Amino acid sequence: MRRWVTEVFVLVVAAVVAFPLFWMVLSAFKPEDEIISADPVPWTTRPTLDSFTRALTVANFGRYFVNSIVVAVIVVALSILISFLAATALTRFRFRSRTTLLIMLLVVQMVPVEALTVPLFFLMRSVGDSVPVFGLNHLGSLVLVHLAFSLPFAIWMLRGFVAAVPLELEEAATLDGASRFRFLWQVLFPLVAPGLVATSVLSFIHAWNDFLFAKTFIISAVENQTLPLALQVFVKPDQNDWGAIMAGSTLMTIPVLIFFVLVQRRLVSGLAGAVKG
Amino acid sequence: MTAKGQGRTAFAYLAPALLVLGGLLAYPIYQLVLISLYDYGQEQVSGGAPLTFLGLGNYQALLGDRQFWTVLGQTVAFAAVCVVGTLLVGAFLAILATRVRTWVRMTLFLAALGAWSTPAVAGSTIWLFLFDANFGLVNEVLGIQGFSWTYDKWTAFGLVAAQVIWCSFPFVMVTLYAGIKAIPGEVLEAAALDGASAFRTAWSVTLPLLRPIILVVTIQSIIWDFKVFTQIYVMTNGGGIAGRNLVLNVYAYQQAFAASEYGLGAAIGVVMTVLLLGITMFYLRALRRSGEVL
Repeated sequence: MRRWVTEVFVLVVAAVVAFPLFWMVLSAFKPEDEIISADPVPWTTRPTLDSFTRALTVANFGRYFVNSIVVAVIVVALSILISFLAATALTRFRFRSRTTLLIMLLVVQMVPVEALTVPLFFLMRSVGDSVPVFGLNHLGSLVLVHLAFSLPFAIWMLRGFVAAVPLELEEAATLDGASRFRFLWQVLFPLVAPGLVATSVLSFIHAWNDFLFAKTFIISAVENQTLPLALQVFVKPDQNDWGAIMAGSTLMTIPVLIFFVLVQRRLVSGLAGAVKG
Repeated sequence: MTAKGQGRTAFAYLAPALLVLGGLLAYPIYQLVLISLYDYGQEQVSGGAPLTFLGLGNYQALLGDRQFWTVLGQTVAFAAVCVVGTLLVGAFLAILATRVRTWVRMTLFLAALGAWSTPAVAGSTIWLFLFDANFGLVNEVLGIQGFSWTYDKWTAFGLVAAQVIWCSFPFVMVTLYAGIKAIPGEVLEAAALDGASAFRTAWSVTLPLLRPIILVVTIQSIIWDFKVFTQIYVMTNGGGIAGRNLVLNVYAYQQAFAASEYGLGAAIGVVMTVLLLGITMFYLRALRRSGEVL
């Protein structure tokens, strides 16, 4: 096959793959009458922000956007702290149950978290009886589960980064009089930062995209819904406000898209690590 | 530091992680199995009726239920179609990507990155809109306005499968592309010098070298596609008309949270976990063989 034939074919495929996203953004900017027209066209002469306004005011999308951000950011911050400490313990120290813990970490990573909705639902219900913030209908419950789901992989991935920091560095720091605590946060932490970036993006995306747990836990507190749920609320049989739905989808996709572009090199190089957003 | 001191510091560092993982993963797994052994419905939850231990009763009910077998079959078939589709598209495009100039490849990868990063809920709604009976672009282009893709069982499954393939082929493509690129040029040159045809080189040199990676992406895809939830739930509105588009994951959710049969829902969860752990064992062995070390 001639190279230009292949290239044209590849470009056509790229266009087809990107088309749904193009259509989403285009529809978000189309005026309402063009969206419900029986002859949709792949352009618009009258771009408008009406759909975004509707999504943000009528459906209160701004609130859900903030909720999603709050959950994802807290999950990322906590998972960085906890996984960094755990990864350090698992690489820098020798203790008896180390190997057992590593294997357990690997096994736990393989459990389909979706199967745990029933027990987690009841767990959150009883947690809510004593600490309401972490109970059902509160964002805290989502933070807890996503933290738990993101930790095994984060620890697993950070282990490699911590191990790559030479032991001599720690000895040198100790000789210079740095305490263990200072070494940990002022020397080791900055050095494993690249690993932290990659794991945080994955934790962020998992928390951001979650639909199942948000749907299970946030039952009646409408004000505590997250974006995926809110978007689902828009979808009503036979009377969908497609303009607002596409505007909402655009708002929801853009943060993830930015993150993905930022870390794509790391994602590609971590291939066998089996990573997906 | 003494060995004992090391151990103590290590556990201090590990304590937060162990607390979270123990409380929110290990304990729920134990609870999942426990709940699956009880008759656990709305009345038991509200305290209106005493808990009755059923032993394997829920599992018996499940195995004797024709719908469970239908759903299981659908799950396997749906996952199979998604996995095969994802691998074929991903592998084909990975090969093509090695034969084009950089800017063309970057364009393809950028488009794939977009599909990959779209949140499942957003991706599902976009596809629903594109295939909408009255306002969708696809129906207009095909000239079949008014045709509902989600009404018929098989077109609905097909549409969801296409969406799943759309957002999962990029992983396969990028991984395989990296794998092909990692094959040293000398190996392929040697094959060419020995007079091997392009097809022969691909079949007898490239493919065997890529086998570990292919195995890993295959099993990873099986694990993902076996537990698709969001796409089915959003695109078929909770499992289709009369539940005919259910897969195991959505079925478990519906049994537990729509029908308040928590015990039964938990039992389905256990079945799913066991099936997936079986696949995972293969995954671990494949990883080990491809050179990953503990």
